[in-house]
Amino acid sequence: MAETYHTGSARRGAILSRLRAWYSAETPHPVKRVQFDRPLTPWLFLVPQLAIVVIFFYWPSVQAVTSSFYIEDPFGFGATFVGGENYVDALASSQYLSTATFTAFFCAIVTALSLGIGLLLAVKADKVIRGAPAYKTLLISVYAIAPPVAGLIGMMFFDMHMGPLKDLAALFGHDLRVGIDYWDTAFAVVTISVWKQIPYNFIFFLSGLQSVPTSVREAALIDARSGWRRFKDVTLPLLAPTAFFLLVINITYSLFDTFPIFDVVVKDKPANNPITLVYKVYLDGFKGNDIGGSSAQSVILMIVVAALTVMQFRFLERRVHYG
Amino acid sequence: MMQKIKPLDHLILIAGVLFLIAPVVMALMSSTHTPTDIHSNGLYLTPGSHGGETYRKVLTHKGGFTGDVTGLRMLMNSMIMGIGFAVGKIVLSMMAAYALVYFRFRFATILFWMIFTTLLLPLEVRIMPSYQVMSTLGLLNTYTGLIVPLLASATGTFFFRQFFRSVPDELLEAARIDGAGPFKFFIDILVPLSRTMMAAIFIIMFIYGWNQYLWPLLMTTDETFYTLMRGIKSILQVWIGSQIPDYNEAFALAVLAMIPPVAVVVIFQRMFIKGLTESDK
Repeated sequence: MAETYHTGSARRGAILSRLRAWYSAETPHPVKRVQFDRPLTPWLFLVPQLAIVVIFFYWPSVQAVTSSFYIEDPFGFGATFVGGENYVDALASSQYLSTATFTAFFCAIVTALSLGIGLLLAVKADKVIRGAPAYKTLLISVYAIAPPVAGLIGMMFFDMHMGPLKDLAALFGHDLRVGIDYWDTAFAVVTISVWKQIPYNFIFFLSGLQSVPTSVREAALIDARSGWRRFKDVTLPLLAPTAFFLLVINITYSLFDTFPIFDVVVKDKPANNPITLVYKVYLDGFKGNDIGGSSAQSVILMIVVAALTVMQFRFLERRVHYG
Repeated sequence: MMQKIKPLDHLILIAGVLFLIAPVVMALMSSTHTPTDIHSNGLYLTPGSHGGETYRKVLTHKGGFTGDVTGLRMLMNSMIMGIGFAVGKIVLSMMAAYALVYFRFRFATILFWMIFTTLLLPLEVRIMPSYQVMSTLGLLNTYTGLIVPLLASATGTFFFRQFFRSVPDELLEAARIDGAGPFKFFIDILVPLSRTMMAAIFIIMFIYGWNQYLWPLLMTTDETFYTLMRGIKSILQVWIGSQIPDYNEAFALAVLAMIPPVAVVVIFQRMFIKGLTESDK
């Protein structure tokens, strides 16, 4: 809505009314025509949530920012202020850069594969009639499996002694050594992460497809004979808002929710194994006791995530416009 | 009017189902075989005869994995975590959303932003300082420490706020004419009206709480507080250096860890999809 203000004066007006709303009692866009007008009652309802947010969100977040400017004594005797040194150290280290590169690669490939496969399955499940509920239930059920459980099952499939995927790779003449070879481990982690995420994308794409009105579908059937053209010209544009939303969700998933998969597959031993930035924050902080460096990396990640979330809200807003 | 359905469509769907489900089936089947058989023959697609034994051991044998804790205890802890988190989330976020939507009061906008900023940053990015705060407060190895900090994210509040905004204004007007105050209106009208929404959110949040991994990993060193997810980490640590690892027990643990959330999703499928797609996480 804010984009509709083009002229300077209108924008200034908007800012002023926002400012007024900050200190006055009213919200900028009153959500309800009628509201209760009691100054104290709402606080009773808000206090539990506020207390938790302040203690478990703001306090640690502020602490992360503060300790990123200090180097802590390894024996716990105080800390020295070092300014931006932790940031410089983090960003300049070749290890950090290679982890960041891998993280970007990992996010891109996991997002692309799980979105692509989820979309393909949703389009097909939307189309078939016979057996549709069975397909749907089976494809959705994997959503509920926790990432560490997925990691554990995946590990068994890639196991050096009895893993079926190890045998499969041997058929193609490749000696799959997950946990030892960098790219073999990367392959395992990507496969497990994609496996775990497909159902989520499937659910959203399918409910997006099923909300397309029958009239639009019928018109499309008449206008576009070929299935591929119909998909490209009608289905895909209608799904675009869902896809944008899922894009951000999938990037966030690859960044953060895959932590347990890495922990299960790599097992605290990053020696020659690929890890993501989040896993590095954990390793440096808890295993390496480098609190300042770990906090600086946290803050860098916070900025990345905040940017992603703002993007997500913008897309969400746009989704409303699409209808 | 219908599109022509080609056999290829079914083929793709079947391939997708196999890719997703086969690992789960193989984990389930392999958990009923002995570790030596698994070690020499690989994973199984058919049931074996050692299932009862393995599950009994995993569930009741003290020290099956870690020396101190039984699978039953971990199952209970996971249950406490899932239900505690879901209930806590619903109660807190309904109350907060009610205050934000139905009241006109000072600082409402600031409080709104304070609460919704939490959506920006997941726990993982502030994991180290969160741990320090918990240890300062003496909440390590407690159920409070396991559950309450996870409630800090405003996902639920966001969802209930959207829902309350869609409730017709006439309800409040009518209630006020009848002389209902804010507490009466909340408990007698809004809460019963939100019943389906509460159920949908409960399902999503239960799975979220049950599946937590990193937080329980940091919060619990006392094994009596271990959840099933934490147990998975321990069993893998035991493996290092063992000749033939207890594959069957690991699979049994994985099966125990996935049955409740998968059952919830399958049984309450419609409500689950509603909760997921309408809350936008």
